[in-house]
Amino acid sequence: MSGTAPADRILEVQGLSARYGHVEALRPVDLYVDEGELVAVLGPNGAGKSTLMRALMGLLPTEGHVRFRSTEVPRRNPVAAAAMGLVLVPEGRGIFGPMTVAENLELGAYLLKGNKAELARRHERVLSLFPRLKERRAQVAGSLSGGEQQMLAMGRALMSQPKMLLLDEPSLGLAPRVVDEILEKLAVLNREGLPIILVEQKAPLALKIARRAYVMSVGAIAAEIDPRTIKSHDELARFYLG
Amino acid sequence: MNLRASIWAEAQRNAALLALWVLAAALIAYVFVTGGYLIAVLHFAAIYVIFVTGLNIFMGYAGQVSFGHNAFAAISGYTSAVLTANHGWESLPAAALGLSGALACALIVGYPTLRLRGHYLAMATLAIGLIVYEVAVQWGSVTKGYMGISGIPPLGVGPWTVTSDRALLVLLILFAALAVLAAAGIRRSRLGRAFVAIAGSEDAARALGIDVAHYKLVAFLISAFYAGVAGSLFVHAVGFVSPEVYGLHMVVLAFTMLYVGGIGTVAGSALGALVIALLPETIRKLSDYQDLAYGGLLILILIYAPGGLASLSQFWSPKRRTEGA
Repeated sequence: MSGTAPADRILEVQGLSARYGHVEALRPVDLYVDEGELVAVLGPNGAGKSTLMRALMGLLPTEGHVRFRSTEVPRRNPVAAAAMGLVLVPEGRGIFGPMTVAENLELGAYLLKGNKAELARRHERVLSLFPRLKERRAQVAGSLSGGEQQMLAMGRALMSQPKMLLLDEPSLGLAPRVVDEILEKLAVLNREGLPIILVEQKAPLALKIARRAYVMSVGAIAAEIDPRTIKSHDELARFYLG
Repeated sequence: MNLRASIWAEAQRNAALLALWVLAAALIAYVFVTGGYLIAVLHFAAIYVIFVTGLNIFMGYAGQVSFGHNAFAAISGYTSAVLTANHGWESLPAAALGLSGALACALIVGYPTLRLRGHYLAMATLAIGLIVYEVAVQWGSVTKGYMGISGIPPLGVGPWTVTSDRALLVLLILFAALAVLAAAGIRRSRLGRAFVAIAGSEDAARALGIDVAHYKLVAFLISAFYAGVAGSLFVHAVGFVSPEVYGLHMVVLAFTMLYVGGIGTVAGSALGALVIALLPETIRKLSDYQDLAYGGLLILILIYAPGGLASLSQFWSPKRRTEGA
């Protein structure tokens, strides 16, 4: 593995693989994230990006090792992963449609249990980051627009005060101006020190804010790239095509 | 939507629901005053309000499926019936023991069964209901098979027993109201939000730190508790029990009430139970065409209120925003 000093290394993944029945969806993957990094995971449809996110969270039966802040993340135990501070915003957002925006946000701080003062503080922080959610607090989440739902999914994840945010295709199905707004929020969060893994199909967008990127292909990592070295779309396409 | 419009929409929504409740209360009051056969129908409706409200916690809130909650009603009801009619127990301790038996069975069955999802869970729970039904039929020395157990004493504590139909109606409505209020409290609580999250997406719930297996079991046990209460109340209200009381018909009826009322809503279970219990009485005069009218009305309700009767209030609400992005 390359990168900065291992002392800054907060996430280390070694030989992580996963299967759906007989199909090998994720071939042994090695990757790392350093303190304060925003790392993009790129690749075409079916490359295994979402499977990687689910595998990191322990939502799938996997083999291999995931170490987060020097502690082994238990496999097949997403509750333990969440308790360690790994929080996933899944593909399709995973918001709870019948609940109000406020209830969705409260669920984000589920592990906080009865601490109402802390809950209120986190609520305020999230609503200051996403003011549009403030206007919609009492609205049923299923009736929000796509962009607002994505903001809610991110806000809900932030309610747990994550130590690392895993985002799976936040731009999916959203208008370009909404995507810009979402990416801007992510950049702000990252500047505040939150490490982020961002899965994206729209590579140029992700590379605007990422410090490093992995390109996935057929369930494996095909390349690790430095966004600053990518000068053109053709150059990027080369990584996709191998 | 500005504040004024939002307050107006809320008032309209509440007014519609309030109107439905006032209508239900007026109907109960009318039956209470006039008496007769309809009181027995309302006894039945109130017991089903409890059963369906419990089922709604498991199926509506937590998004699971069960065709077997009749088993828990049967275990509780039969225990209560056997202990009071054959062994001279008081109704309260007999019902408590029946309820404990239903919960113990739900725990033993739920732990392995709830690992299943969708159709598989449905089939497993259906099997539980069928097994308990067969036990009630075959274990003649205790349950008296198809003949059933009669002479079950009414509800009561010590010298006080509920003997009049009107007093029983009041008691059952109190039980039903308590059941609905408790279900509303659960829905608003942290526990209820966890249930709804599981219904929305088990993976998303897990990723938030919600122990899905644990909460599914809790929802199963709560709904089994409701079923047990309904099962015991039934035998003491009617004074008789046979396997048919808790047969597959009970499951079909409860599902109809749940979906006609509005699955996942607090008010829906109560409204559904009341409407479905009373519907056959209102069309009885159609004699040969009664079943046809019953089926037709159910279809009409589900076409025009696919979210159930509880969703009718939305007819008056302004359309909600659903813009693309």
